[in-house]
Amino acid sequence: MRMAEAWRVALDALRANRLRSALTMLGVIIGVASVVILVAIGTGTKQKVEQQVEGLGSNLLLVVPGKIEVGTAPVVSPLTLNDVDAVSRVVGDPGRVAVTVASGATARAGNRSDFTTVQGVLETTPTVFTRSLARGRYLTGADVDTSRRVAVLGAGVARALFPDRDPLGQQVALAGVRFRVIGVFTSLGQSLGVDRDDEVHVPVTAAQRLWGTQRVDGIAVKAPDRERIGELGDRIVAELTRRHPDTEFSAVTQQQILGVLGDILGVLTGVLAAIAGISLLVGGVGVSNIMLVSVRERTREIGLRKAVGARPRDIGVQFLLEAVLLTSIGGLTGMALGVGTALLVDAVSPIPAAITWWSLALAFGVSAAVGIVFGVVPAQRAGRLDPVVALRAE
Amino acid sequence: MSGRSEPVLRAPKTGSVTPPGVPAIEAVDVSRTYQLDGVSVPALRGVSLTIAPGDYVAVVGPSGSGKSTLMHLLGGLDQPTGGRLVIGGRDVGSLSAPELATLRNETIGFVFQAFHLLPRTSAVDNVALPLVYRGIGARQRRERAAAVLGRVGLGHRLHHRPNQLSGGEQQRVAIARALVTDPAVLLADEPTGNLDTATGEAVLELLEQLNAESGVALVMVTHDHEVAARAGRRIAVRDGLIRSDTVHDRPASDGGDGPETLDAAPSAEPRSASGSGPGHPSGGSGGATGATGRLPREDAR
Repeated sequence: MRMAEAWRVALDALRANRLRSALTMLGVIIGVASVVILVAIGTGTKQKVEQQVEGLGSNLLLVVPGKIEVGTAPVVSPLTLNDVDAVSRVVGDPGRVAVTVASGATARAGNRSDFTTVQGVLETTPTVFTRSLARGRYLTGADVDTSRRVAVLGAGVARALFPDRDPLGQQVALAGVRFRVIGVFTSLGQSLGVDRDDEVHVPVTAAQRLWGTQRVDGIAVKAPDRERIGELGDRIVAELTRRHPDTEFSAVTQQQILGVLGDILGVLTGVLAAIAGISLLVGGVGVSNIMLVSVRERTREIGLRKAVGARPRDIGVQFLLEAVLLTSIGGLTGMALGVGTALLVDAVSPIPAAITWWSLALAFGVSAAVGIVFGVVPAQRAGRLDPVVALRAE
Repeated sequence: MSGRSEPVLRAPKTGSVTPPGVPAIEAVDVSRTYQLDGVSVPALRGVSLTIAPGDYVAVVGPSGSGKSTLMHLLGGLDQPTGGRLVIGGRDVGSLSAPELATLRNETIGFVFQAFHLLPRTSAVDNVALPLVYRGIGARQRRERAAAVLGRVGLGHRLHHRPNQLSGGEQQRVAIARALVTDPAVLLADEPTGNLDTATGEAVLELLEQLNAESGVALVMVTHDHEVAARAGRRIAVRDGLIRSDTVHDRPASDGGDGPETLDAAPSAEPRSASGSGPGHPSGGSGGATGATGRLPREDAR
């Protein structure tokens, strides 16, 4: 029997039982669609996170006390502004060094309040991290040197405290101390579930006075040279270790952060895809089941085809193609449904989703393979039917 | 109902029927034993017979006689467990399942009591089905199928589906399907069993006409004695053995268009098939079959 003929026969058989074919396909459709959707969401999230990490600024080096490892307890930072000066000397340019000392605090303006993160920073922050202002100005060196009580609000905080007023020049009470608003950040949106507009920047000196501390939590450096960023990190760590022999320090690059995040999200995507794959497997079992029913139902047809000259292989191929056709059509439909849903999710919800060709190829390949794997047993059974018995069947 | 007996179009065979003299089917001491739950059940216990090209044979016997088993063996649907069975010059016992399928496709045409047409498939595609397994292209298949449907008087029903056809028409489609491969033997299993008398008569006439005109051997299983009596040769099966194999004159009722009359056949030539032991020379039965004298068919071609 010619292959084209075999495809036509298989298609005719599916058409003859439209409802049953459709219901059988549904299992595969749901399986493939969920694989495509979940992989798209995983990929989309990964891309967005990478974008945001890169958006922090290029050549970024983060220096923190302790090890950056899952499962290690946070270390109380021994760093002070003197250490920052030392790091600046290592880097050779104080304009490339930023610090942060952060704590949660209630911000109040009039009768409105908002619990937010207050960050004590240097005037270098917008250079080191790529940040831009929507209104007003950022902190200056003079603000830091004189511990001036001025604040730059995140877009979210500005919205919460001054929904109908221009915040510039207004007073904000942070942990009970009054600050004057001099600027508002451009909105950044969410990243990894964190609202990045929910923060207030004040001079690091003012923040230290506010909390009665000398410490800074971490230092960020924008390296001048991408190639020697690792070497620079080693030199900074060496200098800090010399100054604080009891504490371990880590310097991580953006690439390292991306790598760690990518690994985590990759595993997450894999797990999601595997869960979706289980539903595809269940769909395949459904195909197998229906094919066995189909073989039984069409025993007489098989008997007749054999009587007029169909070889066992011809019959086997016919039923195998039927199963493959079921899962392939189901697979294509599932792909279309999955792509459509993923694009919709990406468009209307905050969850990012990105379609990748490999996930589509994989989903389709797997669905066709499911047809072969789960079609083989019914097809063999059909091919081996004894024509005498088959013709006698009622 | 299609009780009409349209004239069968004269379509000289171009296919290769087994040449005269060489048997289309030859069985020597063929037996078939089934294993049921470890118990051996003999269905045929040593049967010898020869079907020559152009033969018209009725196989009769009560149910359980082994008649169906014999039909399945003669049609290449089954293989003997003992003896030698040669169909179209090939020893069936030595063939694999695919080889057997090809042999059926090339040598045998089946006509069943229940028609066995594919539903949702047009008459012309039903008829063309055996050609599918020869790897013949769709266009050529349809052309040949349409021509054969014309020969059985259904040239105007090409694109009807089985459920749009009467019982007689359906059986004609089945006959056309059996003929489309130019087989050496037409095996008809109770071909009129599902038809009323008039329709059945028309179908029988068609089969006889095809047998007479194209030289295809017609082997018909029936338990209708009137039907059996029309055949030139009658094989009675009982208890897994051939009880009698007789050649006789066909009754006058068939003589209307009968192109030939059996000239030399004595009206009851007993051939004790049950007595044919192993090693019974096949030449003996072959000679006996020759006595049915199908030579006039050669003139008709």
